[in-house]
Amino acid sequence: MSATEQIEQAIPTGTWTADTVHSGITFEVPYAVATFRGEVPAFEASLVDGTLTGVAQIASLTVKDENLHAHLTSPEFFDAERHPEVTFVSSEIRRDGDSVELPGELTIKGITRPATLAGTITGPAVDHLGATRVGLHLQTTVDRTQFGMTFNMPLPNGEPALSNDVTLKAELTLVGQEA
Amino acid sequence: MNVLAISGSLRADSHNTALLRALREEAPSGVEIELWDGLREIPPYDADADGAPGPATVEALRALVREADAVFFATPEYNSSVPGALKNALDWASRPIATNAFRNKPVAVIASSTGAFGGVWAAAELRKVLGAMGARVVEVELAVGHAAEKFDGAGELVDGDVREGLRDALDTLVAEVSPELVAA
Repeated sequence: MSATEQIEQAIPTGTWTADTVHSGITFEVPYAVATFRGEVPAFEASLVDGTLTGVAQIASLTVKDENLHAHLTSPEFFDAERHPEVTFVSSEIRRDGDSVELPGELTIKGITRPATLAGTITGPAVDHLGATRVGLHLQTTVDRTQFGMTFNMPLPNGEPALSNDVTLKAELTLVGQEA
Repeated sequence: MNVLAISGSLRADSHNTALLRALREEAPSGVEIELWDGLREIPPYDADADGAPGPATVEALRALVREADAVFFATPEYNSSVPGALKNALDWASRPIATNAFRNKPVAVIASSTGAFGGVWAAAELRKVLGAMGARVVEVELAVGHAAEKFDGAGELVDGDVREGLRDALDTLVAEVSPELVAA
């Protein structure tokens, strides 16, 4: 294995903080015949000595309808009043070339369960201002009923309108912090 | 703590209203139960009249809900569902949905009917409606069947099991607001 390949296989060390303007936390859930999407724009994420931590403020959730925002932040879904944050903390980062897996603990609505974020890693690379950046493109699919979100409505054919499986996506641009 | 009690029935001798009177007798120390009697005065919901402020009787209901720490419902069952007058009052109270008075409000639902099932379907539908409004619906299941047999001629609840069920339901609701009041 060459020296270059060894660097590419490495997990970035030190402290890296998300550039939230160039990052995004989104979710997707199959609804009726399509896929419904939303974003949680207020979040912080950091990679510190190989541990990725993310905290998202659920009240900031954006969808295209005010009433839907009200429903999603109500006790029937995220219960933003009592559980304002969704968090993820990795226990490990496994890298194989550009592929990464981050097993860890996901907390939604005050309920913590194991979850593995999987995807790809880009960089580290130096940007036009001289900062070093790492890209993480991660996702996981969770059963929302495991996090206390059991709401549904039947379609005329009797099938539930809303899927229980929700895909969470994190597109992170992490910027290396000077030691 | 202030609990607003709402009966879904307008009938003078309503079993559901009588259950709420019995509930008031079972209230633990520190819990005040106010029985709302304004249901008859709520006009039919009309989006054209749904401005700020809305009709005076609707605004009065919204204010009572806002001031209450929790709301306790007892509903009859009409055609397997929530009575129209109660649903109508909630449709008014739920507006505007994002900031409505019931949002995050702890609520409990019980039901009674003269039939065997005690209004269990109306209670389920009422919980669904309240959940959609953003209320904090607590896990309470009390459906009082054969309601006419549970009261004496003066409308007093004489069934010990139902009385205990009311106490348990109220405890669950109170605990959602203030756990120390139940422990005391």
